[in-house]
Amino acid sequence: MMDFTEDQLQRYSRHIILPEVGGKGQAKIAGAKVFIVGAGGLGCPVGYYLTAAGVGTIALVDNDVVEMSNLQRQIAHSVNTLGMPKVESAKRTFEALNPDVRVIAMQRRLSKDDILDLIRDYDVVVDGSDNFPTRYLVNDACVMAGKPLVSGAILRFEGQVTTIVPHDGPCYRCLFEEPPPAGLVPSCQEAGVLGVLPGVIGALQATEVLKLILGKGELLKGELLIYSALKTEFRKVKVPRNPSCPLCGEHRTITELVDYNEGYCAMP
Amino acid sequence: MEETAADKRINIKGLVCPYTFVKAKLAMESLEVGQVLEILLDSEEASRNIPRSMEDHGQKMLKNEKINDTDWVLVVRKERE
Ligand SMILES: [Zn+2]
Repeated sequence: MMDFTEDQLQRYSRHIILPEVGGKGQAKIAGAKVFIVGAGGLGCPVGYYLTAAGVGTIALVDNDVVEMSNLQRQIAHSVNTLGMPKVESAKRTFEALNPDVRVIAMQRRLSKDDILDLIRDYDVVVDGSDNFPTRYLVNDACVMAGKPLVSGAILRFEGQVTTIVPHDGPCYRCLFEEPPPAGLVPSCQEAGVLGVLPGVIGALQATEVLKLILGKGELLKGELLIYSALKTEFRKVKVPRNPSCPLCGEHRTITELVDYNEGYCAMP
Repeated sequence: MEETAADKRINIKGLVCPYTFVKAKLAMESLEVGQVLEILLDSEEASRNIPRSMEDHGQKMLKNEKINDTDWVLVVRKERE
């Protein structure tokens, strides 16, 4: 049993009184280590809520610096952190919210050469990346390492969330075997996004992470949740495992990580 | 009401909701199923809310008694984790 300080008792009281959480669940949250890819539209709300929830260790990976055009949706950053690496800006915000949480800021790109080492010590990976090369790299690494992955994506008024539990449900390649050609991905001019949309999707991702940590509830495993902000509508699409998935199927053809070429527009 | 020797006693006088229940729940979590917790409190609101919450969580209230002008004693048996 975790010994809570008086501050912690007060901070986490609304968790502790939930039957599904309790002191034991809160101790699990405190002991959890979550790896967040991207400190942008999705990474900000995911990290913010997981920090508030008291997740013990949060790693943030992102190579970008804060720009004015980010502030319409990337809620961990501010005019005071313009020009600062996003991971550093977010770390300051999260540490101000909850000093219990250890935030590890990594300003860098993920590559096939280091991602497996970087995620090794973490319990859950969250994908809030803004491009297909990273999305596939993170998916492949999580399947190879057997790490649960909570994946989110946003565009214009629509967002998607799914939770990938390797070899127990489909992976991202079961849905889409290969990344789309760069030319088919919307260009920067086309790729607008409603600022609150990543808040909705990121909060759903953070919820999945907490359920994974607590071992409670039903995960979005084998299901893609699609949210339409314009219609105010949630749809769940069942996604079966693909027996011929090149990554997690019966005859695996992808046995090494791949770095796909860049050339995609960065958005969230 | 049956008299049962408590395995653990807590005094949460001076606390208000929700900390009354937070303390009571944490004390319950530290017990084994079948063990008994005795709670001394002085919040009239908590004397109504704690028993209800404990029963919502599947625990068994054995006693809820006002013992003087200001204080209540609750006795709860742990029925489940
Ligand atoms: Zn697959």
